[in-house]
Amino acid sequence: MKLARDTWLIFQRQLHLLLRNPVWVFVGVFQPVMYLLLFAPLLKPALNAPTQAEAYKIFVPGLLVLLAIFGGLFQGFGLIAELRAGVIERSRVTPVSRLALLLGRSLRDVVSLLAQAVIITVLALLFDLRVFIGDLLLAYLMLALIALMTSAVSYGVALKVKSEDALAPLMNTVAQPVLLLSGILLPLAFAPGWLQGIARWNPFSWAVDGTRALFNGDIGNDRVWQGLTIITVLAAAGVFWAARQFARSVR
Amino acid sequence: MIETRGLRKSFRSRAGRETKTVEAVRGVDLDVSAGEIFGFLGPNGAGKTTTLRMLATLIEPDGGQATIAGADLLKNPGEVRRRIGYVAQGGSTWDESTAREELVLQARMYGIAKAEAQRRAARALEAFQLTEFADRKCKTYSGGQRRRVEIALGIIHEPKIVFLDEPTTGLDPQSRAHMWDEIRRLRTDGMTVFITTHYLDEADALCDRIAIMDHGEVVAEGTPAELKREISGDVVQVGLDLTAANAVGKLLEGEEYVNRLEPLDEGALRLFVDDGATAIPRILRRIDGAGLDLKSIELHRPSLDDVFLTKTGRSLRES
Repeated sequence: MKLARDTWLIFQRQLHLLLRNPVWVFVGVFQPVMYLLLFAPLLKPALNAPTQAEAYKIFVPGLLVLLAIFGGLFQGFGLIAELRAGVIERSRVTPVSRLALLLGRSLRDVVSLLAQAVIITVLALLFDLRVFIGDLLLAYLMLALIALMTSAVSYGVALKVKSEDALAPLMNTVAQPVLLLSGILLPLAFAPGWLQGIARWNPFSWAVDGTRALFNGDIGNDRVWQGLTIITVLAAAGVFWAARQFARSVR
Repeated sequence: MIETRGLRKSFRSRAGRETKTVEAVRGVDLDVSAGEIFGFLGPNGAGKTTTLRMLATLIEPDGGQATIAGADLLKNPGEVRRRIGYVAQGGSTWDESTAREELVLQARMYGIAKAEAQRRAARALEAFQLTEFADRKCKTYSGGQRRRVEIALGIIHEPKIVFLDEPTTGLDPQSRAHMWDEIRRLRTDGMTVFITTHYLDEADALCDRIAIMDHGEVVAEGTPAELKREISGDVVQVGLDLTAANAVGKLLEGEEYVNRLEPLDEGALRLFVDDGATAIPRILRRIDGAGLDLKSIELHRPSLDDVFLTKTGRSLRES
């Protein structure tokens, strides 16, 4: 129970600091809204969708997965700032659970991602997107797991490299192919066979497919359980690895 | 309260392609009694911080033993953590938090319940005269205020021992004097205080006992008075031109009233003599007789720097 208590302690602190800074809340909402308003209108003609709502069904899930991946991967920067300020070392001399130092932070990232996701979904509803609540909740679960994994990995890498200068190019290098090979912006159905072949090895492409299926009301689609399973396994592996980094360098 | 035997730590550093093993701490034996302010004096890079970080469970020793407040450092670092406080050199507060939030969080990280943590935070804020700024963000604090918050963080769980790594480095003289008072107050409250410093006056004025560290080893240990008493007589320091220093050194080396002669950087010589009042005229006559120019001459009672010089052959001021 110490783990749960300590995790909650760190989570509260991190969330409190996040909410105190309205700039971040604003940026976190502003950017996806821009995508929704300025990019999505191109999609109806581009995707040959019969209605704007159909185009949103394809685009919104992709956008949400994109946010989960990127939002998570760049959380490491905050940790490096904390390392530099001595906050992490201050935690290290206390008997606080080391795993809680990671989980509390990652959980904050998951919650802030879900808040973004809800805002975007509500906005999309105004544009006639329709999705069943059960399907939506399952899609949010997928997003939460993605964010948990990417933020944990980002923290783990941040502890290893300990410098923003190394973290930024590293995360960009990882994020870019992941993004392009996941059919986030445009479905990979348009891709030539070889590209689809490569994308099949990208776990996020399965996650995107699964999330799209859920937004489409197609909960029985194999991609749903496949995507969820893959991401669950990866999230567990990511947390395990990052927790080890924490335990090692935050002994 | 602290007892260490043969505590060792080496680091591997990479310079280009070569990896080099640096022995940062080579076998430190310390005995610190309850309720004293114990000072660790030495130049930067002497291994003070490394030793302190080992004692505070932040890095694992390569070898040796240590018992801290009754808990075994190597076998039971978790228990050591509960019994000690540690205040790092580089700061430990978050710009966007307030002092009160930091204190409550710190207490709760030690497992203290919320209501009690809030009570302790309020008490600590008062004790360190921080109540006025308690709910302002840490980034608005002055250096001295921030350091006080950090000390308060280090003792919020009422540890038996608190480790302070260079607590006054970077503070202006007034804040420094304040900090000394705070540290003495910790002792009055019954805490054992272990500080590192490279300031001689700080070690001299603040510490009940000190250990002088150089190149990863303790080269002297005792009360400041004891250590200075080891050097009998007076110390005369003469300032000369760089070229003259060598000549004068040779000139005075053979004089029977000079017990010991140590050249310093920048053309200064330090002479350990039995009686300064009689030695100075003789030194002056000797230099004058050789037709050499003197820039300065001063006489003082042996200081900790003189202790350091006789133990290591270097002055702490110049290293």
